[in-house]
Amino acid sequence: MTETTNDAPPAGNGAPPAGNAAGAAAATAELPVLTRKDFVSDQEVRWCPGCGDYSILAQTQKVMPDFGYPKENIVFISGIGCSGRLPYYMNTYGFHTIHGRAPAIATGLKAARPDLMVWVITGDGDALSIGGNHLIHALRRNVDVRIIMFNNRIYGLTKGQASPTSELGKVTKSSPYGTIDFPVSPLAIALAAEASFIARSVDTHTDHLQRTLEAAGTHKGSTFVEVLQNCNIFNDGAFRDFTDREVREDRMLMLEHGQPMIFGKERNQGIRLNGHQPEVVTIGEGGVTEPDLLVHDETDPLIAFMLAHLWWPDFPVPVGVVRNISRPTHDQMITDQIAQATATRGGGDLRKLLNSGETWTVE
Amino acid sequence: MSTEAPTRPTEPIQTQLERVTIRFAGDSGDGMQLTGSQFTRTAAAFGNDISTYPDFPAEIRAPAGSLPGVSGFQLSFSSTEIHTPGDEPDVLVAMNPAALKANLGELPAGGALIVNEDAFTAQNLQKVGYASNPLNDGSLKQWNVFNVPISTLNTRALEGLGLTNKQVDLTKNFFALGLMFWLYERDRAGTIAWIDDKFSKRPEIAEGNKRALNAGYNFGETTEIFHERYIVPPAKLAPGHYRNITGNEATALGFVAASKLAGRDLFYGSYPITPASDILHQLAGYKNFGVKTFQAEDEIAAIGAAIGASYGGAMGMTASSGPGIALKSEALGLAVMVELPLVLVDVQRSGPSTGMPTKTEQADLLQVLFGRNSDSPVAVVAPATPGECFQFSIEAWRLALKYMTPVVYMSDAFLATGAEPWRIPSVDDMPSIAVPNRTEREGFYPYLRDETTLARPWAVPGTPGLEHRIGGLEKADILGNVSYDPENHHRMQMLRQAKIAAIAADIPPLEVYGPSEGDLLVLGWGSTYGAIRSAVERLQGRGASIAHAQLRYLNPFPANTGEVVAAYKRVLIPEVNLGQLSLLIRARYLVDAIGYNRVRGKPFRIAELEAEAERILATLGATVR
Repeated sequence: MTETTNDAPPAGNGAPPAGNAAGAAAATAELPVLTRKDFVSDQEVRWCPGCGDYSILAQTQKVMPDFGYPKENIVFISGIGCSGRLPYYMNTYGFHTIHGRAPAIATGLKAARPDLMVWVITGDGDALSIGGNHLIHALRRNVDVRIIMFNNRIYGLTKGQASPTSELGKVTKSSPYGTIDFPVSPLAIALAAEASFIARSVDTHTDHLQRTLEAAGTHKGSTFVEVLQNCNIFNDGAFRDFTDREVREDRMLMLEHGQPMIFGKERNQGIRLNGHQPEVVTIGEGGVTEPDLLVHDETDPLIAFMLAHLWWPDFPVPVGVVRNISRPTHDQMITDQIAQATATRGGGDLRKLLNSGETWTVE
Repeated sequence: MSTEAPTRPTEPIQTQLERVTIRFAGDSGDGMQLTGSQFTRTAAAFGNDISTYPDFPAEIRAPAGSLPGVSGFQLSFSSTEIHTPGDEPDVLVAMNPAALKANLGELPAGGALIVNEDAFTAQNLQKVGYASNPLNDGSLKQWNVFNVPISTLNTRALEGLGLTNKQVDLTKNFFALGLMFWLYERDRAGTIAWIDDKFSKRPEIAEGNKRALNAGYNFGETTEIFHERYIVPPAKLAPGHYRNITGNEATALGFVAASKLAGRDLFYGSYPITPASDILHQLAGYKNFGVKTFQAEDEIAAIGAAIGASYGGAMGMTASSGPGIALKSEALGLAVMVELPLVLVDVQRSGPSTGMPTKTEQADLLQVLFGRNSDSPVAVVAPATPGECFQFSIEAWRLALKYMTPVVYMSDAFLATGAEPWRIPSVDDMPSIAVPNRTEREGFYPYLRDETTLARPWAVPGTPGLEHRIGGLEKADILGNVSYDPENHHRMQMLRQAKIAAIAADIPPLEVYGPSEGDLLVLGWGSTYGAIRSAVERLQGRGASIAHAQLRYLNPFPANTGEVVAAYKRVLIPEVNLGQLSLLIRARYLVDAIGYNRVRGKPFRIAELEAEAERILATLGATVR
């Protein structure tokens, strides 16, 4: 054993995405270029055959080399649920914690170690039910962690109970007469909590998922990605109506910043605002032209809130980056306060501290 | 009486006393805690030994003049060594009828009673159910009553300052303090400097408070109400440099010291809860020591973030009181499973549930030992005095880092808010804390243990080549991968247990004060130290065969604990709970220990422990003078 200190250089907090890790970038210069294989651990993957989690794992491993961090500076933290096993399969540092608490643990880790790239892997029950409070507060604090929430609208690991995203009336083991609980919108919760990056993708749309994870990985601040994920055992086909290859173009809206909201195989359908209400229109019908369509703006909270509530069959389901803004991160502000206190009061002197206040001497 | 203070024609008699106990009592908005702590620091700086007992309601501002709103601060100051704030006051300062009614029962006959007679209005008397004014209905005959029109005199003293009536009223506690300073011949300079500093941005308020203080002092000087002044000479404390310190202050300072001694940053995650919040407040001011404080969204997040920080190589810690500790239980179990260093402070209060948040109790012992699923061993330490809190903060971290384990640090409301003079330790004499930090790749396994301590390696993220995964699932011995192997689980449970048990070889033996064998051992833990020690001293002085031992380590117990408890005919265990240490001692050492258990939200009185010990000695036929 050797004695060392943890004084790794801090990451370039607050810098644009390209400068993601000043320390990490310097380190990569000496390291071999990493590939997907470097991020595959020696543990056998034990999700059910056909589970959507395999795809999310594969895309996650695939994008990892792109961020410029040496793999020892990457940490995956998870809660409980099927998603919680993902860290075991990543050849990085990993911490499989307890139900719902991963964002809290990640907050402490990132506060202590701003140089690390921290990912949180969670599910709809883990993040929105038992861990709802921690999710909200990690997001509102702009903790620089990437929270990837696998949403399969069911409790899988406990074998099929309703989750907070299960649709009203859903018949499950715990709701034989159908659920009477209205589902939450994960994106709306993330918005209410003021996450600085919010996106949605689909397990089987591998290219889109990869692009989304890449965007998430380069964002600085609280990052929330909802991945619609199929549980083929307890909730098979939950998203099939709009995610299947044959229908997805007509029933999903691929968001592009600065681009009009167009969808459809023919690229002739779009979203228009009618007063405050979104409506689906067809270009070329009723005098609708492309300039009539709403243009996506990742910085506009009203557009984001509207998008969070679009769902099939009334609307196409939006995927892509819903929100992307820049604000100071939690760890950066901690670091700044310490620097400021040290600059104005000098480095801590324990002797002075113990002898502060009124003291006296007994001879 | 007249509000004009007549000029004093004769000097008061000066009387020397060994020890005085004063209780200040008033509305919770009257500043009684401030008054008490100002008198305390003055007495401490003068060189008296001191011990204090702040006793305040959970309500921030209960209805003015009501019984639930009464806030009290008792302090004892002495020219000899003392261990408690005193069983009962010699002097009661009552700022209103409610304060009188709530506290009079504890003032012994003949005790001095100083009252603000201006507050004894018909309305205030009626609020607390006095049918007639006790100041003039003869019901206070057995006490030595001094009626002082504090409000009137104080208002007059502050005339011309342009303060509002409300602002003037808020300064009257300083009048009372000034009067007590005169009565006990104390210097006002320290308090005046404090006022100037505290109100540096509001000079008119500073002036008001100073005038009030001086007016109170001068009132004592110029009236003939008081015929005596009292001198309590300095105590013969051990030579050294001293300051006055509360348990919570010492705890916070100890953690900063531990961080310096270990060379690691402190991360303190906490959710506000009485009586632990002051540790957060204090640590939040130490940013230039690299201390990172985090006010979490809830108790679970507070410990969760602390675990995350420890995982990252910092000194992650958290604090709470009983209800919050309950919420943290699952996460504490995770820390046990992943074997990360962590310190959890439990500033105990009366329970169950919300209980009496500002009142003391020591009933979380079994919770911290056993309040988690499965066998989930953690080390537990418990300082006995406010000053000791400092060294045990450091000790908690020494154990946590050496053994890679959560350590629970038990304090309580009495210990946390009570104060005593503290001999400031020399920083040069503090040994550094060794921090095991694994960096070598060769032979690294996440759960390969140190042969002596059984600690697993601390390999923190950022260390190249040591990438590994930990978690709450059972781990394969050595390898650290997830394992459901039956024999492995049994082995790991035994290892976790053995690691904590082995700490017994690394802590001091249980010290006995008094004969090493004899009739009666009084065994305690935590803040009961002072009352037990005083009771035992008294009985030793009366010829009894009696000894005192205070456990500072509750898991594991010091290695000699079994021998100590077996060396006496009887073992008495006083606790401010219904018998938790008793249960452990009986189970572990098969000793027929006798509990003395009172849960009133208050510390023990010396006299009740003395009486109980005497009762047990009598059953042995032992005579006490």
